[in-house]
Amino acid sequence: MSTMETVIGLEVHAELLTSSKIFCRCSAAFGGPPNTNVCPVCLGMPGVLPVLNRRVVEFAIRAGLATHCAIAPSSRFARKNYFYPDLPKGYQISMYEAPICTGGWLDVLLDGGTKRIGLTRIHMEEDTGKNIHDAHGDASLVDFNRSGVPLLEIVSEPDMRTIAEAGAYLRMLRSILMYLEICDGNMEEGSFRCDANVSVRPVGQAAFGTKVEIKNMNSFRAVEKAITFEIARQTDALATGERIVQETRLWDADREETRSMRKKEYADDYRYFPEPDLLPLVVEPAWVTEVRSALPELPSARRDRFIQDHGLSPYDADVLTLRKDVADYFEAGVAAGAAPKEMANWVMTELLRIVREEKLDRALVIQEWPLTAAQLARLACLVQAGTINRNTAKSLIPRLRGTSRTPDELVAAEGLAQVSDRGAIERAVADVVARHPAQAAEFRAGKDRVVGFLVGQVMKATGGKANPQLVQELLRAALAG
Amino acid sequence: MTALHELSLREAAARVRRRETSSVELVRAALARIAAVEPAVGAFLTVTEAEALAAAEAIDRRVAAGEDPGPLGGVPVGIKDMICTAGIRTTAGSRILERFVPSYDATVTARLKRAGAVVVGKLNCDEFAMGSSTENSALGTTRNPWDGSRVPGGSSGGSGAAVAAGECHAALGTDTGGSVRLPAAFCGVVGLKPTYGRVSRYGVIAYASSLDQVGPLARDVADAALVLEAIAGHDAADSTASPRPVPSYSAVLEQGVRGLRLGLPREYFVEGMQPEVEAGVRAAVRELERLGAVVEPVSLPHTEYAIATYYLIATAEASSNLARYDGIRYGLRIPADSLGAMYETSRAAGFGTEVKRRIMLGTYALSAGYYDAYYLKAQQVRTLIRRDFEQAFQHCEALVTPVAPTTAFRLGEKVADPLTMYLSDIFTISVNLAGLPGLVVPCGFDTAGLPIGLQVIGRPFDEETVLRLGAAYERATEWHRRRPGI
Repeated sequence: MSTMETVIGLEVHAELLTSSKIFCRCSAAFGGPPNTNVCPVCLGMPGVLPVLNRRVVEFAIRAGLATHCAIAPSSRFARKNYFYPDLPKGYQISMYEAPICTGGWLDVLLDGGTKRIGLTRIHMEEDTGKNIHDAHGDASLVDFNRSGVPLLEIVSEPDMRTIAEAGAYLRMLRSILMYLEICDGNMEEGSFRCDANVSVRPVGQAAFGTKVEIKNMNSFRAVEKAITFEIARQTDALATGERIVQETRLWDADREETRSMRKKEYADDYRYFPEPDLLPLVVEPAWVTEVRSALPELPSARRDRFIQDHGLSPYDADVLTLRKDVADYFEAGVAAGAAPKEMANWVMTELLRIVREEKLDRALVIQEWPLTAAQLARLACLVQAGTINRNTAKSLIPRLRGTSRTPDELVAAEGLAQVSDRGAIERAVADVVARHPAQAAEFRAGKDRVVGFLVGQVMKATGGKANPQLVQELLRAALAG
Repeated sequence: MTALHELSLREAAARVRRRETSSVELVRAALARIAAVEPAVGAFLTVTEAEALAAAEAIDRRVAAGEDPGPLGGVPVGIKDMICTAGIRTTAGSRILERFVPSYDATVTARLKRAGAVVVGKLNCDEFAMGSSTENSALGTTRNPWDGSRVPGGSSGGSGAAVAAGECHAALGTDTGGSVRLPAAFCGVVGLKPTYGRVSRYGVIAYASSLDQVGPLARDVADAALVLEAIAGHDAADSTASPRPVPSYSAVLEQGVRGLRLGLPREYFVEGMQPEVEAGVRAAVRELERLGAVVEPVSLPHTEYAIATYYLIATAEASSNLARYDGIRYGLRIPADSLGAMYETSRAAGFGTEVKRRIMLGTYALSAGYYDAYYLKAQQVRTLIRRDFEQAFQHCEALVTPVAPTTAFRLGEKVADPLTMYLSDIFTISVNLAGLPGLVVPCGFDTAGLPIGLQVIGRPFDEETVLRLGAAYERATEWHRRRPGI
């Protein structure tokens, strides 16, 4: 059998961070008791009409410009008709034949360099309500708070060939939307949702294989696992001469498999037609120019600048620029006097670990950094200046959290400054060597590893404050002597 | 002396302003008239006696305090049941909304109230405004006040009948394919469908969104102009409502028609028309010529496609607009074993035959594989129909035509034959497709004593010319003064 190639296209639904809904003045805030952010318009009462929220259009233009799309001078909303209890009008106002943004791309960083992924289109639409089952006996209830919350649907070209590419695309797209401050990127709460179109074909074949749409993936890991599963399923099926059926499959996170949702025997017919309640959307060039001039520095540009200006490695620069708030934090630290590489190390190894472990990054901005950038920068400076050693610095992090104290105050108050006094360390070294003759002998016999143990003993004897390099140096000298 | 319920809206409002008559007296007179004639007419689905009296008392207090009660101050009006009224049930003439009470006023309702009008009730109509005789109402039969065996026209049949029978001084209707103008003609009153976008549709239950427009029915042109002034204009809640300023329609009514160029579309005088209707309209045209208008023949070559075009576009939009009546949040719900079954039983029980027919037709027209051949093609033909009018209006300022091929037909006469019923709208439908203003004024009676209407079609947003023309015709004739002997 020939080698198979995977073809992946992704459809992202990004919930926008506007304060009000797309077609009425209700709050678009997440959460809230059921059916509190509702009005006749987003409840689909008889006779009501939609009025487009201009801010949503502005956000769509931002997203389009940041991904190199063309912004249509005239676009049109359309009705997507289907029945479901969470869809109060019996149709969703979306865009169909005339979306606002078309033909963009974004570059993603991969191990082998960068790859350009095409964007087919970006369009605006309204979110639906939410059905609530099982909580009230036999009855299903509907919460319409989310009904009418603005969404962008961002459709990629089928340009991805590996799971790594799909993951990198999603991360970059999410990063861009977060930089633009139009979406909080939260996959678990559903404000950044992804459906995947996956097909396989023999390498070298020009035509695409039959594609399968996968839904219900609510984390990056789920996307990667679902695509992995689906590639294997399709490859196996083709190997045994089976035909792939075009269908929608749901990712089951518990059983870690995709399951057929509905066969497209009778394909969904949404009976799209232009929304007669809204005029064609005209976007004047001046508006596009205005939005363009207000765009923030985007992740790829910032990454390049971090490499150039701060001398960071491409990997470090990528990690630090993926999120705007992280990049901002890093730069604030550098501005406060930390050496860029030191600051980068501290942010990546210590701070982001804590943020991850304690899930401090649920919102768009990391609400609660363990330390302020200035505190962390000062710690980095103290280590670099040799005032304290790295372990002392780490131990200070939990103690500085939530306080306004500076690391310098703490170091001074508790006498934590590193001991670099040669005489004092020499005395401690001599003492340790004398108390551990066996280990000293092992070292002299060529077992270099044992020096770690002896260094540890010296550190212990000096209350952890000794300069580790100096300890090492003097210990080796003493043992050699 | 004229009975209070027979006063024109202008006169009634003037008397309230001058404190010669109180609003409460006007409302009591209207309620008494309603009580007297409703058994024979059946125009109202809901009479809001208590609310109306309370509103009238409030108006009277304002007048007593020296305040201006507004241009319609204190006058009883009726509102078609397609138009939402806060706290008062709004049914669209349908079982599915039989108990629906909106929490909000339509913009036109709010504006009528702001102008001082007192709503005395909600008027019957064909279910979801789909029909030409009001026989498609699921909630009651409305009879023509001129002849109780005849239909009042539709779909705003309750509005036409109530104004003709003196149950209110004016009423609001909605017009998607002729639904204000046909009842006006059949009931012998004035009816105006404004330009699409002239009046807000917010709170008006949607039948076909790109065609629907609210308009007044009144006893003469000046009253219709006054109501239009009150309801027209930009509305932040309706993106399709035009921001153009609203002129003072009342101010142009005296200007006359001398030198006005009128087109007589040859496609509007067809085989099979009731001869008295054609004769009445032609006589009216001669009268307008006598008044100084210049009449010339024009052609609207795509007229023959109007009905087919309308029944694709209107039904397509309706199939989507009526999807919200699903038994989930409000309206009729018939419980069933599954969600799908609940949708089916509720909608099957809640909608009448004609509504179902149009939902199916529209669903079909939008379906994959048929969209291009039907919906899209219909939109293209709609453009051609609009162009016909644009071309005609290069030569003239308004068009004069019949309203319908016949006068009011008998109840039950066309119920079994929807296609024949659809032909009642043959002269009115193009006006909606082109989005133009169309005014109907009484222009005679047939030998059975049934009213004949004259339609005046204007350029977009030129309600002034059609109203001016109608007013000039009224001054020269007596038709609009006749009242049914009910």
